[in-house]
Amino acid sequence: MRSSLIVQAATRLLVGLLLLFSIWMLLRGHNEPGGGFIGGLVGSTGFILYAIAHGCRAAREALRIEPQTIAVLGLGIALAAGAFAYLAGEQLFTGQWLFLGRTEENYGVPLSNILVFDIGVYLVVMGSVLTLVLALEEEV
Amino acid sequence: MTTWLLPLPLILPFATAVLAFLFRRNREGRWISVFGSGATLIAGLILFREVWMNGPIAAQMGEWPAPFGITLVADTLSAVMVVITGITGLAVSIYAVTDVTDEMEELGYHAIFQVLIAGVTGAFLTGDLFNLYVWFEVMLISSFGMLILGGKRVQLDAGIKYVTLNLISTILFLSGIGLLYGTTGTLNLADLSRVVPTVDDGLITIIAMMFMVGFGVKAAVFPLFFWLPASYHTPSFAVSAVFAGLLTKVGVYAMVRMFTLVFTQDVAFTHTILLWVACATMVTGVLGAAAQTDFRRILSFHIVSQIGYMILGLALMTPLAIVGAVFYLVHHIIVKANLFLVAGVANRIAGGTELGRIGSLYKGAPLLAFLFLVPAFSLAGFPPLSGFWAKYVLVKASMDIEMWLVAGIALAVGLMTIYSMTKIWGQAFWKPHPSGIVPKLTDMPSHERAPLMIPIIALAAMTVLIGLFPQPFVAIAERAAAELLDPTVYVTTVLGEIAEEAADQ
Repeated sequence: MRSSLIVQAATRLLVGLLLLFSIWMLLRGHNEPGGGFIGGLVGSTGFILYAIAHGCRAAREALRIEPQTIAVLGLGIALAAGAFAYLAGEQLFTGQWLFLGRTEENYGVPLSNILVFDIGVYLVVMGSVLTLVLALEEEV
Repeated sequence: MTTWLLPLPLILPFATAVLAFLFRRNREGRWISVFGSGATLIAGLILFREVWMNGPIAAQMGEWPAPFGITLVADTLSAVMVVITGITGLAVSIYAVTDVTDEMEELGYHAIFQVLIAGVTGAFLTGDLFNLYVWFEVMLISSFGMLILGGKRVQLDAGIKYVTLNLISTILFLSGIGLLYGTTGTLNLADLSRVVPTVDDGLITIIAMMFMVGFGVKAAVFPLFFWLPASYHTPSFAVSAVFAGLLTKVGVYAMVRMFTLVFTQDVAFTHTILLWVACATMVTGVLGAAAQTDFRRILSFHIVSQIGYMILGLALMTPLAIVGAVFYLVHHIIVKANLFLVAGVANRIAGGTELGRIGSLYKGAPLLAFLFLVPAFSLAGFPPLSGFWAKYVLVKASMDIEMWLVAGIALAVGLMTIYSMTKIWGQAFWKPHPSGIVPKLTDMPSHERAPLMIPIIALAAMTVLIGLFPQPFVAIAERAAAELLDPTVYVTTVLGEIAEEAADQ
């Protein structure tokens, strides 16, 4: 299958935008609609578009890591983020917060294991969607 | 911290899955899986010890209080099931060292297996109905993956039947959850058990029937069992052993939990249906087995017939009958997984599972023949094996309330079980091999033989152990049954102060 020049040229612009948008979605998810799941879906569409324009092999090369490994690593990250609460003596998946540079009037930079969990979810969703899509695409 | 004992049997298999997947191209993957299963079993044992010493425990994930967040809770039944899952998981992951091909390992067999174990354990430990649905999905997806791993035509055929019927059951289950939430406004099991009796609404019985059908498909009861004999004989033997041992039992467990904790408002109606479903399941399963000529297909139909006994215990709803159901559940997981493992060895050395094409196993491999007899006789209910006590308790329970017909059916089905076991015995073990060879265990190199035989011997030893010393196991089953029939402790453990406040009002 040869894809058209228009798709290829548009893909060059869109892939970066989609990936950037997916990360924005991921980070936005804490207080507003968004999060790891949606971010992962949007991010995977970036690579799927790339696969449509340049073929599955090129998409796999662009990914560098096998999509199923990404998914499993995501599972590990999410699990580790949940189990992190043990160190604080609280129950599984309890949110842990660190406010960097906190002052009286300012909370500073809030860091949490919830974000790490969301990143894990992002990777699980992106990895598994890409595993499915690339496997189906190569089969056809 | 005792509350971490609850999520530990879930964290360990997931962590093992991640590691085993990353090392799937090397031999380390399989040993990671074995060690992970061992660790999960130990975590299960520690959990059981805690529950046995200090009563049920509950943990609120993310520290969201009980009716709102996700609760993990372990009473005696849950803890026993977690331990048994750990035992089966360890046995099968050792067996898989030889049985699973390098190709399947590279596709991530061990990771999927561990996720399946996590799904089963999660279903046993959760105290929330929607969370139970999620664990069912985890189980369904990973079991589908295991079923089609290898990609043979017959496997795909079986996989499609399996997934279609299980998805239908899941949809019914999910619709039931939606209706129940609409009626009661809660999905926490302990909270439901408090709220459902106060709802004066015929709708509850209808919802109960939806759950009965949904779980009935999972548990493979009459007339919803068709997917089971159509799919369990196709995957690799390690896979079918874990399916046969664990998956249908999750359906039975869910049914036992729901119909003792939540849906007890119309026992005369719901449990009478369960009673006749149980009898029909026992009879059709064993008749189906009599008509089969394949080692694994006979065993698959026997799963169906044995599920009938467990549902029977639930349907009678007397303390002794529930003891019988719990005892049966535990005994059957060990025995059934073991029979499938024996079938795998028979397939390996005799070259097939079609009974007409194999033979001479008694002459060539008397140890295997003996190890087949232990679970086979146990399944049929011969003393002094574990199955005898399981059947004895159930038959006694049905005679106590003068259900003579039911007791008669239970006994007759035991007799029929022996009939089809003799068929396997006569054809696979006694008859000379059609091609004249005498299959021996020593035909396999010893590094292949050990991982296959160790789990079989260990599980057979457990069957004999339960049979010879049933007292502690009956004591566990009695405590589990007492907790099921009087869920007050379960409810207060989960809800804490809320339940006590409500009781005061």
